Amino acid sequence: MAFYLDNAATTGIRPSALEVMVPLLAEEFGNPSGAHRMARAANRVLDDARETMAACLGAEPGEIIFTSGGTESDNLAIQGSLTARPGIAVCSAIEHHAVLDPVEHAGGRVVRVNEDGLVDLDHLADCLAGSEDVPVSVVSIMLANNETGVIQPLDQIERLVRKLAPEALLHTDAVQAMCWLDVAELTARADLVSVSAHKFGGPKGVGVMVARSGKNVEPLFRGGGQERGRRGGTHNVAGIAAMAVAAKETVAERATQVPRVSELRDRLADGIVSTVEGVFETGVTSPAELQPSDSTKNDKAKNEAKRINKIANICHLCFADVESEALLFLLEKDDIMASAASSCSSGAIEPSHVLTAMGFDRQLAFGSLRLSLGYGTTEADVEAALNTIPPAVQRLRERA
Amino acid sequence: MTDPNQSNEAPSRGDVLVAMSGGVDSSVAAALLQRDGYRVVGVTLKLWGGESDSGCCSVSDVDDARRVAQQLDIEHHVFNFGDDFDKFVVDPYVADHQRGHTPNPCVECNRHIKFDKLFRRADALGFDMIATGHHARVVTDPDGSFRISRGADDLKDQSYVLHMLDQNQLGRLLLPVGDITKEQVRELAAELGMRTADKPDSQDVCFIHSEGGRKVFLGDRISLRPATLVDQEGEKVGEVDSIELVTLGQRKGLDLGGDVGRRYVVDIDHETATVTVGHKDKLLVAGQKVENLEWSDMELSGEFKVQCSAHGRVLRGSLDGSTIVWWQPQRRIARGQSIVLYRGDEVVGGGIAGDAIEVQNDAANSDVAPNSAVPKSAVPDGTEDNGAVDDDAAEPMVASDFT
Repeated sequence: MAFYLDNAATTGIRPSALEVMVPLLAEEFGNPSGAHRMARAANRVLDDARETMAACLGAEPGEIIFTSGGTESDNLAIQGSLTARPGIAVCSAIEHHAVLDPVEHAGGRVVRVNEDGLVDLDHLADCLAGSEDVPVSVVSIMLANNETGVIQPLDQIERLVRKLAPEALLHTDAVQAMCWLDVAELTARADLVSVSAHKFGGPKGVGVMVARSGKNVEPLFRGGGQERGRRGGTHNVAGIAAMAVAAKETVAERATQVPRVSELRDRLADGIVSTVEGVFETGVTSPAELQPSDSTKNDKAKNEAKRINKIANICHLCFADVESEALLFLLEKDDIMASAASSCSSGAIEPSHVLTAMGFDRQLAFGSLRLSLGYGTTEADVEAALNTIPPAVQRLRERA
Repeated sequence: MTDPNQSNEAPSRGDVLVAMSGGVDSSVAAALLQRDGYRVVGVTLKLWGGESDSGCCSVSDVDDARRVAQQLDIEHHVFNFGDDFDKFVVDPYVADHQRGHTPNPCVECNRHIKFDKLFRRADALGFDMIATGHHARVVTDPDGSFRISRGADDLKDQSYVLHMLDQNQLGRLLLPVGDITKEQVRELAAELGMRTADKPDSQDVCFIHSEGGRKVFLGDRISLRPATLVDQEGEKVGEVDSIELVTLGQRKGLDLGGDVGRRYVVDIDHETATVTVGHKDKLLVAGQKVENLEWSDMELSGEFKVQCSAHGRVLRGSLDGSTIVWWQPQRRIARGQSIVLYRGDEVVGGGIAGDAIEVQNDAANSDVAPNSAVPKSAVPDGTEDNGAVDDDAAEPMVASDFT
């Protein structure tokens, strides 16, 4: 038994998605690049999935590039743009490492964010002003952050990019947004969009990068000419088909899941913030409000108003004088699965680059906790977390 | 702990957190505890974020620890104690070298990280006991007090680096491999099919890369100062690039010309950047101040066996206030090294080497112990000590004591 509150890390596969996979692996396993009947059947599956993904993402079928997931899509967007149109890559300081690392590797520019985790538009404007001879090639700003859940103002960002760097491609990593936001509408004016199936009930190892017509990038993998030469390699047909089923279901149930999950999240966040001293909720309260004497912290109405700017499923907290890894251990003892920030390759928890970018000191960043809800989250999950977290925090403060 | 995977049906002897470095000793420690009916959880401490190849907490060591835990079907976690390691071990290590001391980082890591930070963490997480793979034993004296005692394997004994543990810590510490030899540890690991069975022992300071060594490590952090080498008469006989890298008793690497016999570093004066070299007899001192002396249980006085490096010889001396007076003149202990007091095989206390007490008259060259009032027969067992200086004991003590 587990109370699973780590849906931003990954989700379980939707039964309907799982169902389509097995026959495609065991019986109708043809390679869609072939010519015979089984190959044609596989190609039909692929074309269906492509249309479904296009509809879910507000794109044309020809704009869908199937990839191995979010990291590949992000790398394809950054590296593929830089190769296609040499210049400077720009991204925000809170991007997922799948964007941040390739941008930094290419010597790109990193845009600051404010204390609430929102991109500093003035600094973005500075970064977009390319030098005389080197233009900005690609700008990448995520739709919703994977740690804090804060939604970026993509419309304003898009206007800035078109005005100040009209030649640049605009990429957005929508990996965390798929379940909770109208990705089709919000990314309609972006040139490149990344999503990953396992964040919305599809299998791991499959994703999409949308490349708008005429906004092509150079491939990362050359090979058999798949995806119109934009991504070589035999198609993961079963994974792609399952992703399409999961995406369709996700979009169809968004209108009911978002209010349901958002209410659960609010109950969770309000419950913790109102019973635990020395905690703040990123993007909602600030470290300045850590003092128990500050009554604004528990202003539910204000907090809920600010949470409008976060995706529905994320409750991201920082506890003063608590170390996340110890807190996670106690949560796990009560079968609650959650996460802190990023882990390094050894598995050790490192202070989050997102919190660091938001200006929080290292000690506070070491006390972060991300509870991420999903389409399968129930009241029981929230109750379990509410029962465990306040005493666990207290215990750690007294004894660790 | 309510691990549904725990196959052990018998009532548990308690919840134990085992510090698993990814080495063979702690791998086997975890296995022995599990066999003995404890509910075991493994933890690997991520201590050092910088470059290193000689110690633990590299990604591959974490992989090894995790794999062993998987084989044993126990939980495994990684705790990031890097900030505390920097603060309590690495920064003081650098600062000590800067002021001419010779620190023992393994001791400080045990003092502040494994047996303080980890103990507090384990307590907060609800563990009854902590275990490590050190070759030493926790014994209970007739009066009920706990002591660290030497491990079954003389050559691998690590009681020295555990000397700082107090009653509260000792009462909650399990050292499962202390009763067996290193060879037996490796045999057990091989029987259990552990990938760590043949893994070499760690050798040096875990945070220092073997290639550049101390020189590069310290040079990146402090400015190393050149010093003048002089003989006992004050005559200049050479130079060294960095006084911070010179160790008391050092013979090698001094580049002394001429046919003057073997000469050793007998004094290091950081203020004037002068290193004095001389005959090894000049290293001999009558005693040594012990700073920050702490007792395992109650304060004791009188005669002790004394050890001044991790695998060093056993010396004999008597405690006079906070000074250990050698029965026979002994080689000067570098400031900053730990001086550990034993009764029999049991650690009873320890501290940090301070100033040496110079030999009065010329007893250093005599066979007669300066405090000959204490008969040698008062300590009937153990290693005999001839008061000589080891030629090869000149390098600073940096042994494999992160387990």
